Amino acid sequence: MFCSGRDTLRIIVNGKEDFAEDGTTIADLIAVKGFNPKTIIIEYNYELVLSESWNGILLKEDDRLEILRFVGGG
Amino acid sequence: MWEEVRIVEDILKIGDRELTSRLFLGTGKFSSNKLIPEVVKASGVQVVTVALRRMDTAFEEENIAAYVPGDCILMPNTSGARNAKEAIRIARLARAAGCGNWVKIEVITDNRYLLPDNHETIKATEMLAAEGFVVLPYMSPDLMVAKKLVEVGAAAVMPLGSPIGSNRGLRTRELVRILVEEIPLPIIVDAGLGRPSEAAEAMEMGVAAVLVNTAIATANDPVAMARAFSMAVKAGRMAYLSGPGEIVDYARASSPLTGFLRE
Repeated sequence: MFCSGRDTLRIIVNGKEDFAEDGTTIADLIAVKGFNPKTIIIEYNYELVLSESWNGILLKEDDRLEILRFVGGG
Repeated sequence: MWEEVRIVEDILKIGDRELTSRLFLGTGKFSSNKLIPEVVKASGVQVVTVALRRMDTAFEEENIAAYVPGDCILMPNTSGARNAKEAIRIARLARAAGCGNWVKIEVITDNRYLLPDNHETIKATEMLAAEGFVVLPYMSPDLMVAKKLVEVGAAAVMPLGSPIGSNRGLRTRELVRILVEEIPLPIIVDAGLGRPSEAAEAMEMGVAAVLVNTAIATANDPVAMARAFSMAVKAGRMAYLSGPGEIVDYARASSPLTGFLRE
């Protein structure tokens, strides 16, 4: 763990290890990744969270997120 | 006129929905999502499938649902699921995300032929039907499995015609025929139909509907092909309702066998 004033959180995004600063919300994470909030679906620790709550959820160590979207399929 | 009246009266009821179109559309493999509204319009489809996937880069921005006209039933599939548990997770996520309560169960571990795991499919169907989903399971045609799916609350049964995306047609014809005869739910041929004639062939047998994706999406002109499938499905359905004549081994003259002009 390296320190730079704020702690860095280890999280899992789409099955891969990722990092976020302490104090990051789901909405912040989406903005950092450059995703369009209107086209994505977020599963947070195995539960779907609707976009209205993304601002209010602070990420914690070992959180698991899935960032999903609907695509063409048969 | 006669055709329109007959087709309009011929309703397919699945869950609490009444459908007039017996062609379902899959949305994979289109060269551009922009084709989808045109394809829907040209074919008159009312049920459209989509898939749920991880988003890995910001370049993959498009949301397929935005291209599906609002009056269509959006039916997410559970593709990517390798067991019942994963299929249930996908179905719940899709419903919670606003997709409605229809779901196509697709549980596959075989990567060469993409044949469904019937056992896990039954388990997923049972759980999701109990949660109020309208469940349409994709399955390998088998009478006992289909009976089990009826028992656990499926809304329809969707046997494959041949492997997904193969365009090989109705290779499972005899097994599907048995399902049509024995199963009191709509039988929908899903996967493998490659030509409109094959869709018509399935409909003539009394199949309730067909689901087509690859054959339309990969045609040179997907919009025209969608229209051709739609016409074939209607023709096949009308032929089934009309009660096709008997098939016999030897010739039976169509013209009278009396009054010949002979010396």
